[in-house]
Amino acid sequence: MLSPESLKKIDHEIAKYPIDKKQSAVMSALAIAQDEKGWLANETMNFVAKYLGMPPIAVYEVATFYNMYNLEPLGEYKITVCTNLPCALSGGNDVANYVKKKLSIGFNQTTADGKFTLKEGECMGACGDAPVLLVNNKRMCSFMTNDMIDQLLEELSK
Amino acid sequence: MTQFTQTLLAGVDSSDAENWQLKNYARRSGYSAIRKILSNKISPDSVIEEVKKSALRGRGGAGFPTGLKWSFMPKQYEGDKYIVCNSDEGEPGTFKDRDIMRHNPHILIEGMIIAAYAMGVKVGYNYIHGEIWDTYERMEEAVEEARAAGYLGNNILGSNFSFNLYNHHGYGAYICGEETALLESIEGKKGQPRFKPPFPANYGLYGKPTTINNTETFASVPWIILNGGEQYLKLGKPNNGGTKLFSVSGHVNKPGNYEIPMGTPFATLLEMAGGMRGGKKLKACIPGGSSMPVLPGEIMMQTDMDYDSIAKAGSMLGSGAVIIMDETTCMVKALERLSYFYFEESCGQCTPCREGTGWLYRIVNRIEHGKGLMEDLDLLDNIADNIQGRTICALGDAAAMPVRAMIQHFRNEFIYHIEHKKCMV
Ligand SMILES: Cc1cc2nc3c(=O)[nH]c(=O)nc-3n(C[C@H](O)[C@H](O)[C@H](O)COP(=O)(O)O)c2cc1C
Ligand code: SF4
Ligand code: FES
Repeated sequence: MLSPESLKKIDHEIAKYPIDKKQSAVMSALAIAQDEKGWLANETMNFVAKYLGMPPIAVYEVATFYNMYNLEPLGEYKITVCTNLPCALSGGNDVANYVKKKLSIGFNQTTADGKFTLKEGECMGACGDAPVLLVNNKRMCSFMTNDMIDQLLEELSK
Repeated sequence: MTQFTQTLLAGVDSSDAENWQLKNYARRSGYSAIRKILSNKISPDSVIEEVKKSALRGRGGAGFPTGLKWSFMPKQYEGDKYIVCNSDEGEPGTFKDRDIMRHNPHILIEGMIIAAYAMGVKVGYNYIHGEIWDTYERMEEAVEEARAAGYLGNNILGSNFSFNLYNHHGYGAYICGEETALLESIEGKKGQPRFKPPFPANYGLYGKPTTINNTETFASVPWIILNGGEQYLKLGKPNNGGTKLFSVSGHVNKPGNYEIPMGTPFATLLEMAGGMRGGKKLKACIPGGSSMPVLPGEIMMQTDMDYDSIAKAGSMLGSGAVIIMDETTCMVKALERLSYFYFEESCGQCTPCREGTGWLYRIVNRIEHGKGLMEDLDLLDNIADNIQGRTICALGDAAAMPVRAMIQHFRNEFIYHIEHKKCMV
């Protein structure tokens, strides 16, 4: 089950598509569900399937195809660092290494306190602001330096 | 510094938080192109003619003439037709569409309204890259503004032309930038490219006639309508009309987007981007996004920034993403990262791409880590041969082309890696 606020947002998305094409809203419905629940458990996806009148398998297909869906519980904050070539030329790997060192975790790992999960990302379409990282899919941080990473982690640790 | 005419970002001030809003766009003569069309009753065919005259070519990568593409849409079709804007900007090095959408969103909306008018379309979608949430929210606000002001919806500006526009947010899949994968994605499916033919103009979104254009392509249209196709063409070069945003990234002092006329020398662009960082020497440049062949610095310095000049130099203008690499860059490592990207992003439908991208990555990876064999260089070429031209979509080619070009231009460096088990730079 999702909250009434989430359902309202999903309804807003459904209204963008032809009446018989509710399935088109599946990507945003999953994103909204993930925002509420933190990750996409089977029961959440089954609920979305029912809500949109889709077979559950069709919803799983979408959830597993796109990179930004969390298919397992993650830390409270998912930090995705872009290490693709343009960012790497401007310190993308240094940022990734610094975050790894600060949090004592590697890519695809979560800190023991359940606060942070670190991910390696592909180009976010922001290479001019390199190095960039993304917090919980929504907050993009640009021109990252070690100091700024310190500040960010401190802010999120509160 | 030389001042060029701008058609996309003229008068845009990104430091002002309200500059993007409709009232400010209107002050920059925004929405006067669609007003001109509707009040002068310019026919849809004349609009397409004007775009043809402008020699505007698709800014998404393939450079297909836009006016011609628009003329493929069936005219007498009774049912629904769609236009779709490809804002799924994910080609490494490209970040221009994001700036158009966050700093000048209404120029995109106006461009899409004009396109819809020209092709007799009532509904459009704008598919926005997953990682740029703020930009998606900005577009949602801008669309609402346009609707409230009567530029979107039924009977636009009191005419009998109606058009609605909706934003669709992607969620992290490079392949959805491929136009038919993007259509599948809007339909709520995995983003796996379709076979072509049938082309989207006949069988597109929900099986209906559809035209897909890049963000920058649509955003170029209002200027063309206001100033005329010929004027636009004159800003650039024959067959390469207008101005274009180039996203400059990598080893320069001022990475960012620069709008310059087609045919501007690369050296001028490099200068605008503040020159080489730390005064180092330019070693190599990928002039059109990561999928395009790399060129050595010396060749780039002799090249102009337009479709035909870059093609003559041996690469492609692509999306206009200019990735600059200085003398400290290891080309093997650079290629390793790009090969990993294509391996990671292959949708897995075709065997040559799914398996081949994995092979390419593993071999470049072993060369980078001092475990390469001399035969690997031919093997890489051979694998690239077996991918290119044998797949459903162009991601296969995009994975193969950089490999060939890197080995062609920087063969010595690969050999050094294999022989000495370490980097040359
Ligand atoms: C793997 C792949 C990724 C692509 N990514 C994009 C993209 O992010 N943005 C884009 O506009 N076109 C992209 N394209 C090109 C589109 O398929 C299509 O040609 C383009 O959107 C057409 O618009 P245009 O004619 O205005 O350039 C991509 C193509 C391929 C094969
Ligand atoms: S070429 Fe690659 S990405 Fe394109 S359809 Fe085939 S497997 Fe998918
Ligand atoms: S390479 Fe990092 S945002 Fe493009």
